[in-house]
Amino acid sequence: MGTQTSGTPGKPGAKRQFRIWRGDADGGDLRDYTVEVNEGEVVLDVIHRLQATDAPDLACRWNCKAGKCGSCSMEINGMPKLGCMTRMSTFEENETITVTPLRTFPVIRDLVTDVSFNYEKARETPAFAPPADLAPGDYRMQQVDVERSQEFRKCIECFLCQNVCHVIRDHDENKQAFSGPRYFIRAAELDMHPLDTRTDRKDYAQTEQGLGFCNITKCCTEVCPEHIKITDNGIIPMKERVVDRRYDPLVWLGSKIFRRGQVPQTSVTSGHSPGAVRSSAAGGGVHSHAGGSHDAQAEVQAQQGVNWHREVPHPTAPAVDASGKLPLTELTFDRAAAPSPFGDDVTFPLPPEHLNFAHPDQDKPNH
Amino acid sequence: MTTTTTRIERHHYDVVVIGAGGAGLRAAIEARLAGKKTAIISKSLFGKAHTVMAEGGAAAAMGNVNSRDSWQVHFRDTMRGGKFLNNFRMAELHAKESPQRIWELETYGALFDRTKDGRISQRNFGGHEYPRLAHVGDRTGLELIRTLQQKIVSLQQEDKRDHGSYDARIKVFSETTITELLLDGDRVAGAFGYYRESGEFVLFEAPAVVLATGGVGRSYKVTSNSWEYTGDGHALALRAGATLINMEFLQFHPTGMVWPPSVKGILVTESVRGDGGILKNSEGKRFMFDYVPDVFRKQYAETPEEADRWYDDPDNNRRPPELLPRDEVARAINSEVKAGRGTPAGGVYLDIASRLPAEEIRRRLPSMHHQFKGLADVDITKEPMEVGPTCHYVMGGVEVDPDSGAAYGAVRGLFAAGEVSGGMHGSNRLGGNSLSDLLVFGKRAGGHAATYVDQLTGRPRVAVAAVETAVETALAPLQRDTGENPYTLQQDLQAVMGDLVGIIRREAELADALVRLAELRERVAKVSASGGRRYNPGWHLALDLRNMLVVSECTAKAALERRESRGGHTREDFPTMDPQWRRVNLVCSLVGDTVRLERKPLPKMRSELIGLFDRAELAKYLTDEELTEFDALVAADAAAADAATDADAEKER
Ligand SMILES: Cc1cc2nc3c(=O)[nH]c(=O)nc-3n(C[C@H](O)[C@H](O)[C@H](O)COP(=O)(O)OP(=O)(O)OC[C@H]3O[C@@H](n4cnc5c(N)ncnc54)[C@H](O)[C@@H]3O)c2cc1C
Ligand code: SF4
Ligand code: SF4
Ligand code: FES
Repeated sequence: MGTQTSGTPGKPGAKRQFRIWRGDADGGDLRDYTVEVNEGEVVLDVIHRLQATDAPDLACRWNCKAGKCGSCSMEINGMPKLGCMTRMSTFEENETITVTPLRTFPVIRDLVTDVSFNYEKARETPAFAPPADLAPGDYRMQQVDVERSQEFRKCIECFLCQNVCHVIRDHDENKQAFSGPRYFIRAAELDMHPLDTRTDRKDYAQTEQGLGFCNITKCCTEVCPEHIKITDNGIIPMKERVVDRRYDPLVWLGSKIFRRGQVPQTSVTSGHSPGAVRSSAAGGGVHSHAGGSHDAQAEVQAQQGVNWHREVPHPTAPAVDASGKLPLTELTFDRAAAPSPFGDDVTFPLPPEHLNFAHPDQDKPNH
Repeated sequence: MTTTTTRIERHHYDVVVIGAGGAGLRAAIEARLAGKKTAIISKSLFGKAHTVMAEGGAAAAMGNVNSRDSWQVHFRDTMRGGKFLNNFRMAELHAKESPQRIWELETYGALFDRTKDGRISQRNFGGHEYPRLAHVGDRTGLELIRTLQQKIVSLQQEDKRDHGSYDARIKVFSETTITELLLDGDRVAGAFGYYRESGEFVLFEAPAVVLATGGVGRSYKVTSNSWEYTGDGHALALRAGATLINMEFLQFHPTGMVWPPSVKGILVTESVRGDGGILKNSEGKRFMFDYVPDVFRKQYAETPEEADRWYDDPDNNRRPPELLPRDEVARAINSEVKAGRGTPAGGVYLDIASRLPAEEIRRRLPSMHHQFKGLADVDITKEPMEVGPTCHYVMGGVEVDPDSGAAYGAVRGLFAAGEVSGGMHGSNRLGGNSLSDLLVFGKRAGGHAATYVDQLTGRPRVAVAAVETAVETALAPLQRDTGENPYTLQQDLQAVMGDLVGIIRREAELADALVRLAELRERVAKVSASGGRRYNPGWHLALDLRNMLVVSECTAKAALERRESRGGHTREDFPTMDPQWRRVNLVCSLVGDTVRLERKPLPKMRSELIGLFDRAELAKYLTDEELTEFDALVAADAAAADAATDADAEKER
């Protein structure tokens, strides 16, 4: 056999054209890159090559490179995809490949978006409620019964379905009331869990998660890399059960959507103007950076007239509680006595060498 | 100077868990259940840690499929797998507690595959005597991590109800990297790091830190590990004064894909070889016949004709040499590549396409076929695969107290669990033992961290100077523009480790590796990263490099020192196991900047545990001296048993 037909890295890779959105919450644009692509590579490989060569600071999430972790979600030629599962061979040789961040979530930088919306919705969905009388080890379930929920538990939380759902894709205002397909199937999964003791999962989906906004366009199912039948097996059964109870979702849905004049027309492949990414960037990041933000300019001004001739103790932000704020009372804080707004390492009275005293004349020449 | 104007966000916690994989999440749950205010920190998003990739299952002797299974049998298998170098107490705790930890997951909402009678199904796996791996198809790791993630959410919901805020007692800081542990004397006082998103710094003040940062595989060219595996936890522990053990033991899989790049590192199951796949070099030669060691000569075929007959008539023919044990196969592939007969990507060809009809391949290896077709457009029914040894798991890690997970060495308040801790798996890990290890020791570490906090009389304080130094170190690569690109340095490091400290090791090469690592150290100290602080992967890598480097040094040093072959450490110049070496652990610590290596005797197995083994088996591992001791023990037991039966007989009368 000798020479093999499989990939030959010795063979110089073809040059391909890429357009990648570069920027952050303040805006950005599509940048052109010409990059070598070898046989058998996926889009994520190309991004890695760019990072190692032309664009070391190109931001992109990834972990497993095997379609298992759901980190590398991006829009490739306008299609929501996993970068590690999109083969270069699926494009024409001379095609320019456009890579943009997920559109439904605020951009952090380049291809990285702030997906905290999803984690918030996850946190709101009531957790599994185990039966009180069953000890660990005594759980008995039949394979056929767990399989329905197992389908939904295949979810890798890539949030492509969330990204593509028209209810929130260009409608930030709906995000408050709408949890999205990922969390509908989470509710469905628990609803179908043989041993979950809560009986209000579908009511919850309707009243709290905004299941009624969904008009079964099936876009979410189309993009799911795990091929979960989100609509057929998850959303529709959840809606149907509500119908059983003489609760007509279509009436409810109609009033919700048509009143707002939002008959959805969006489809997955609709043209994508990258500029739109900016529009939704206003929301805060995942973390509240209490004390982390500061205006360097202001600081410089404040320092004018003061000559810092000595080692100054470094300003440290005060201790904040879990919500990123100063705790109001010592009762809710983990220390006896409320924390010092000057930071814990500053003790009073300040030692003389730490006092900031500016003599009125000290900055005068010839001083 | 930058630092004077750098403000740092501060948080106070009782327990800070670094790592949001199986071990970290389980530890955090335990600490929170013990009433401690807990933070979970992770380099990637919540729920994306490496644990998500585990496929096979979690080993626990529940005995659902074969009721003869018990913790004793599991313990035996684990010790055998680790070639008796395991910390016996960890193996014991693991075998005893795994079933509870798995059952517990069901109460958190996990849905494992079931047996006919409705219990958790268990599957067979290499090295496990009975079917033992609880699983969910081939996505067990995903189920594990999602279940723990959802349990944490449920705890947060309780806190919201009771305290008004989801984050009142347990909070997840995702995409946050810890670069330094801060000490007050010999006590842990906190952890310092940066938000990947913004590049802003953050300081966690906490008296107890649990490390659950996973492994080190990124130091190798071909690996199944993700970018997260830069040995951060190993390095943090070292710098804080803790010790690492067994760092010479890395698990390599002989046949991981090396080409095309989209599947590089993905493992090709052994069954491809079992079903007729053969290995060929770039000259098209089926080379395995040249590599049958003398001890195996009797069992393995000498000609391709005989080997090929074996598939149909195994009783009258000897096995094809492709089915030699993993390390032999890896050694052979390694030799071929080093002799210049490898593929361009540095592997060899694994050919099943020319051996079986296409339908037959699809029928026997459906998921393999599907995976490679889908991921890489490689049709294994038409073309051969390019495979080579792949770095998969590190057995070595933080030396811990087996019961509490507290790090040994000169530091208090530091705990470790999961892949970052060492000892449990000895010189080689059995498949499936990792996932249950995460749960058992994650729970223990979290619980003991909470207890440690309870018995503290005063809170350790973070020194301002230490924070300043941490800030400077972190910003340094951004402020230099004269140094090298971090990606180049990473590639060079991977080349040194892959070529010289890889699966088959030689004295001269290891010595050479140490010289090159020292050179790299100089270059890494001067690395520079372009761009700003917001989500800048180049900067992040520049900071990770120093961790990868120190951990690689530990591996190279320990590998040079251990003059025998055992489990995940194969020395070509010392090809056999040496019972004297079984009694020795190699312990790494940091003195200033340099790695110090010490020998430490292995703890001695308790008599009722060693009594679980056959003398014939022990003879393969133990020294004569130890065997004599064992014989005395057995004799004493027999005498005691006789006495007992005599006494019973007496009573009867
Ligand atoms: C392809 C593959 C298949 C496998 N299959 C199996 C199997 O079938 N059965 C089995 O038992 N085992 C298997 N394993 C092994 C097992 O998956 C891992 O050993 C295990 O998941 C490690 O878990 P962990 O909790 O220790 O760490 P991880 O899950 O890797 O988590 C590490 C965490 O630490 C965080 N972290 C790291 N450094 C820092 C830092 N500096 N600051 C902040 N956070 C940090 C990371 O972000 C991450 O959240 C497999 C491994 C691979 C690669
Ligand atoms: S079916 Fe359409 S509307 Fe409903 S959740 Fe999916 S994408 Fe959204
Ligand atoms: S349901 Fe599918 S598309 Fe949606 S997050 Fe899960 S895996 Fe992704
Ligand atoms: S990197 Fe994990 S899904 Fe793509």
